[in-house]
Amino acid sequence: MELVLSTAIGVMTGCGVWLILRPRTYQVIVGLSLLSYAVNLFIFGVGGVKTNVPPILVDGVPTSVLADPVPQALVLTAIVIGFATTALFLVVLLASRGLTGTDHVDGRNEPK
Amino acid sequence: MIGWAHHLIIAPILVPLVVAALLLFFDERQRVAKAMISLASTLILVAVSLALLRIESGPNDFDGVYLLGNWAAPFGIVLVLDALSALMLLLTALLSVAALVFSLARWHAVGAHFHTMFQLLLVGLNGAFLTGDLFNLFVFFEVMLAASYGLLLHGSGPLRVKAGMHYIAVNLAAALLFLIGVSLIYGTAGTLNMADLAARIPDIEPDRRMLMEAGAGVLGIAFLIKAGMWPLCFWLPTAYSAASAPVAGIFAIMSKLGIYVILRLTMLLFGDGPSAGFGSDVLLYGGIATIIFGTIGVLASQALGRLAGFSVLVSSGTLLMVLGINDGAISSGALLYLVSSTLTISAFFMLIELVERGQDAGAIVLAVTMEAYGDADEDEPEEGDGVTMPGTMAILGICFAACGILLSGLPPLSGFIAKFAMLSAMMGTGAIGVPPTAAVWVLVSLVILSGIAALISMTRAGIRTFWSSLEGTVPRVLVIEIVPVMFLLFLTLALTVQAGPAMQYMDTTIRSLSNPRIYIDAVRNAASVPDYDGVASAGTGSR
Repeated sequence: MELVLSTAIGVMTGCGVWLILRPRTYQVIVGLSLLSYAVNLFIFGVGGVKTNVPPILVDGVPTSVLADPVPQALVLTAIVIGFATTALFLVVLLASRGLTGTDHVDGRNEPK
Repeated sequence: MIGWAHHLIIAPILVPLVVAALLLFFDERQRVAKAMISLASTLILVAVSLALLRIESGPNDFDGVYLLGNWAAPFGIVLVLDALSALMLLLTALLSVAALVFSLARWHAVGAHFHTMFQLLLVGLNGAFLTGDLFNLFVFFEVMLAASYGLLLHGSGPLRVKAGMHYIAVNLAAALLFLIGVSLIYGTAGTLNMADLAARIPDIEPDRRMLMEAGAGVLGIAFLIKAGMWPLCFWLPTAYSAASAPVAGIFAIMSKLGIYVILRLTMLLFGDGPSAGFGSDVLLYGGIATIIFGTIGVLASQALGRLAGFSVLVSSGTLLMVLGINDGAISSGALLYLVSSTLTISAFFMLIELVERGQDAGAIVLAVTMEAYGDADEDEPEEGDGVTMPGTMAILGICFAACGILLSGLPPLSGFIAKFAMLSAMMGTGAIGVPPTAAVWVLVSLVILSGIAALISMTRAGIRTFWSSLEGTVPRVLVIEIVPVMFLLFLTLALTVQAGPAMQYMDTTIRSLSNPRIYIDAVRNAASVPDYDGVASAGTGSR
């Protein structure tokens, strides 16, 4: 389980970093999205990987078998903020496309 | 101490938040109403932050901890007002008044929702200065950044959209680093409350300590991007010079937010114990590199906007270097420098727009620069109505000279006093009679050389702007545009005259920062407010 999760985070981070270094705005935004998925999974992972356990305190049940609720709350906030800023970035991307006529991040095509 | 003063702590966040929401109900055509409400909000913020500063530095036992939702720390989120955050709140409020008044002449009308975004920027800034919780800091950072994305694009034009896109991409990446850092710290220390974290860090076992330090390092990079440390700073001059003048004026405090957080967290978390001094080498050498890069940039800048952008870097570099040295007396000089340089750079950004107004932009900016940084055919706003300033060129010239003096750190203004305080503390770190070491000489000469570079560059720009017989007409400058600039410069003058009390305040601030026990105990011992029927609320039980 841990291996699958960390592989997934690693692959997504790798792809994301590669994509945000690309010259096209569309690739940059896909890269940022992938990176934010990777980060969200990472936050989820720091609470400890557990399956099928609720994050709710019950009398008599030791806390060690429960899931940690804080990373879940953090990841929820991070998702919302990440989604909003990505949407805003898309708008700027479209504005840039409209003003410059190209989707190069510097607003011009590289010399042929 | 529970009373009205206690609830005042949350006012710097609530007032602009409520006003921002309120302003959405007004149509864009009701400009005067929107402007007045927005202005009233910033004036209230000045009054509130002045009151908070007075209460904080007063002799009573004000602990300055505000428990949100009445949950005791570390279970709930706390707001903490101490000397440093009170100072930053006041600085933000003063800058916001100046920038807002400046924008009322014309800039606030060139796009939609200027005032709402402006107020939300203040929410983010004030919240980040007040919060005592790492994740809450992230939230306020994002509020501030989201508002700043909109403000940077305010006025539109290809140049702004391009700079804005780079700015957003860089800051989105920085936000992800922020999250990685925060979650690593939570994973190893088990808390996000800054005070609780500081108390727990000495007890982290060595094998987890490395992971915690890695998290702190990643978190630090996110703030260093904001502060503009070399090599994380290439976005900054372009973004700041592309922003419209009042926006750049308020952005001057944003790079100082990065400095603030680094100062706060290094003093609190890595003041002593096994991780003491973590990251100070990075700050020292990074700061030195930033000063060198900023100085070269200042010398190389053709356009005034970029000159101001690189001055931000020089200022950030100087502050980071001093944080890396981490010596009490130097740091209090640096705090004065922080206030002085923020006021200067903010005034300078607004002044640039006035000075350049009368000139053909192409005559000043070399064609090469124009080509490299995009076309300048952006939509300039309509000329505003209002009283025109008489003797325009003379007043602009005096303000420009004052900015030059402040940036280069010449007497008699506060730039000199701040730099003098830092330099004399650096030279005096050894015992009397012991000559300063070579390393100290390097640092001192860097600070002085960066000042000389600013002087050369400002003189050159000033001669070209005010003494040359370019075909430029005398710019039409309104009173409400030049008054904010003069107000900020007057504040630096006041800082000069009142240098004694100001320096004393900075000393007290640094002393309380270098004793994190005070902060930790204040947060941990903050009592919840009992319910109205006298029974303590549920959150207090386990403390």
